[in-house]
Amino acid sequence: MIKESNLLEEQANYRENVKAGDYFIKVVKKGQTFRILDIEGNQAADTLFYNAQNPSERYSAMDTIREQGNIYLTTGSKLLSNENNQMLEIVADTCGRHDTIGGACATESNTVRYALEKKCMHACRDSWMLAVAEHEEFGISKRDITHNINFFMNVPATKEGGLTFEDGISAPGKYVEMKAHMDTIVLISNCPQLNNPCNGYNPTPVEVLIWD
Amino acid sequence: MSNKILYEDEIPGGAHWSMLMRAGTSLKLIDKLGGANVGMLFYNPSNYLERYNAPDTLKCQHTFKLTHGHCLYSDMGRIFCSIIDDSVGWHDTVGANSTKKIVADKWGEHNYQDHRNDWYLNGHDSFLVELAKYGMNERDMAANLNLFSKVELDDEGNMSFAVENSKAGDSIELRFEMDTLVLFHTCPHPMNVSKEYPKQPVIYQIRKVDAVSTDDYCRNYREENQRGFKNTELYNIGCGN
Repeated sequence: MIKESNLLEEQANYRENVKAGDYFIKVVKKGQTFRILDIEGNQAADTLFYNAQNPSERYSAMDTIREQGNIYLTTGSKLLSNENNQMLEIVADTCGRHDTIGGACATESNTVRYALEKKCMHACRDSWMLAVAEHEEFGISKRDITHNINFFMNVPATKEGGLTFEDGISAPGKYVEMKAHMDTIVLISNCPQLNNPCNGYNPTPVEVLIWD
Repeated sequence: MSNKILYEDEIPGGAHWSMLMRAGTSLKLIDKLGGANVGMLFYNPSNYLERYNAPDTLKCQHTFKLTHGHCLYSDMGRIFCSIIDDSVGWHDTVGANSTKKIVADKWGEHNYQDHRNDWYLNGHDSFLVELAKYGMNERDMAANLNLFSKVELDDEGNMSFAVENSKAGDSIELRFEMDTLVLFHTCPHPMNVSKEYPKQPVIYQIRKVDAVSTDDYCRNYREENQRGFKNTELYNIGCGN
């Protein structure tokens, strides 16, 4: 459901531009609201969440979709942990639909999806690996890298059981906004994928904004 | 013609187990009475960080359901096993697991003290027990398979549990393409709408299987699977990462 936010960019407490192929990792405190802004449009932001006090509690894609009874995320979606606690809620969304069953790109899955010789092309999971290696203070390792949200990505599934990767439904300036219900580590890979339409074959920056 | 059964056993409903399946063997699961659910996870026994990846399995094969021809992928671009036979037509991998709370809310609490081994176990705790046998815990849990269960979608993406998806005698056979630690439970699917706690037994059989031919159905089901098999072969001859 499309819903615009009342929050003003110029009043944000924190702003960070995240280039394609880079990561973002930061704690968003309980009660804070954060926004991911698709600056140029059609850009996938592969996102994971962890309980900052206990990172073994983390976002669970499958628990989230089962409990809301729908595979797509949008305004009103409660993002649940593997312990079925609410971590965040999507409070504004000008894109309308986000994927959470397609997972992230990895160098190894790229070989299967596209070509064996593409194994060294940059991928989201490599960005996450670098993020957790450079930020040991969060206590996250590959064991904790699980199934993510693909903000701004369009992965329709059909009644017949098909699944496709469609051109994004996002556009320049579209955004999604979440309110944190616990202190949450936000880990984003701004997707570097060049082989499918999720980034319009041209990965571009996103901006993360946080309000108290 | 089916190869000789090396081992056969029956797991009661609402129970769990784990075992190491070697490359070149198959695991056939049979829904004895109909309406079974088998929650399942895979790990590489020589590196537990390599594990079943539901999103990769779905997106690599552009599918939401799993059936004959599909391969079940690890997060390292390899194939743990292929579905070489299936009389059901749709197996789920997005419904996740029942928890203690889900089971209690739906069917009430049935603890061990009062009910002995007729207690109501849940999928989450079942996996925790099996994971702990190998030094793993909740952090290692990935989205699982729910064999014999179907989660239907409508055009808007709304999910519902399909009743009577699997009938008595229905079966699925998994052929292991690499050595695989298999964790499984027979606890109910978390979306099951049954009035009673479903306690459906599952028979499983292990066989040796023939080498995978170049014209193998699963291998050629999609181009992606040909590459997945190539990655797995490289690993099995000692050239994989």
